[in-house]
Amino acid sequence: MRGMRFTRHRGALRADLDAVEAGVLAQLAEEVLGLVDEPEVSGDPLAALVGLPPGDVYEPEGPVLSRLLPDAYDRPGADGTDPEASGDFRRYTDADLRAGKRANAQVVLDTVPEGGGRMTLDRDQADAWLGCLNDVRLALGTSLGVTEHTDPDDRGDRADDDPAYQALQVYGWLGYLQESLLSCLEPRVPGTP
Amino acid sequence: MTAPAQLDHPETDELLDRPWVAIVWNDPVNLMSYVTHVLIELFGFTKDKATQLMLQVHHDGKAVVSNGTREQMEADVARCHAKGLWATLQQD
Repeated sequence: MRGMRFTRHRGALRADLDAVEAGVLAQLAEEVLGLVDEPEVSGDPLAALVGLPPGDVYEPEGPVLSRLLPDAYDRPGADGTDPEASGDFRRYTDADLRAGKRANAQVVLDTVPEGGGRMTLDRDQADAWLGCLNDVRLALGTSLGVTEHTDPDDRGDRADDDPAYQALQVYGWLGYLQESLLSCLEPRVPGTP
Repeated sequence: MTAPAQLDHPETDELLDRPWVAIVWNDPVNLMSYVTHVLIELFGFTKDKATQLMLQVHHDGKAVVSNGTREQMEADVARCHAKGLWATLQQD
């Protein structure tokens, strides 16, 4: 799974995927899609009628979702947190945040060639891929408990078919893939076409 | 007996004047090249400035990426979250 990388061709991006790579990417995009499904909210039909965000948005459960949908006022490593302000912020931003991630994952699902093959992306699709690859890595990396010292190639004393080791290798491959995509993309600076 | 309500809150005015800041925190997953890319796109930094801030996040664990009113910082933090950066806001 090391061979695939993105290259630039006349303003478009291109990548050749084998069947396994395409399958893994589709599966991971599906998982992100499921993770950031419609937010669970406490019902307030009146608020919905006037187009206001509904009542409390439940805090994300578990480390993976908490990383994909972070608190805005909870300062890691600092003493002060403000759960109330975080909840309020979440009330107004959670639906858009989830929708953006779902949209990116959907672009990946729509463009990844089933069974493998050549994929060509325009700039907007490439940006969606970049965002989705990042979400997939955040989800996988968090669930695997990676740290800055994690070396995905270091098998340690694990067997080759250890599922955790295989997942770590996929994680490493996704980083390589995201790096190759980034090397093809100039940042789009605000205020320029 | 109830003490008269205090109407003057000089400390409050001072509090209101203090700017809010948006902070990006280090995390072990985001690629350094990705953080730099996103900081350029979100805030219009030069590549040098974005790289400097990314390295600050990497080495110090965090960096202030913008400052302004609370509302502006909430918007900036939301944009960071949309890109997968771990960001929070607080009063400076």
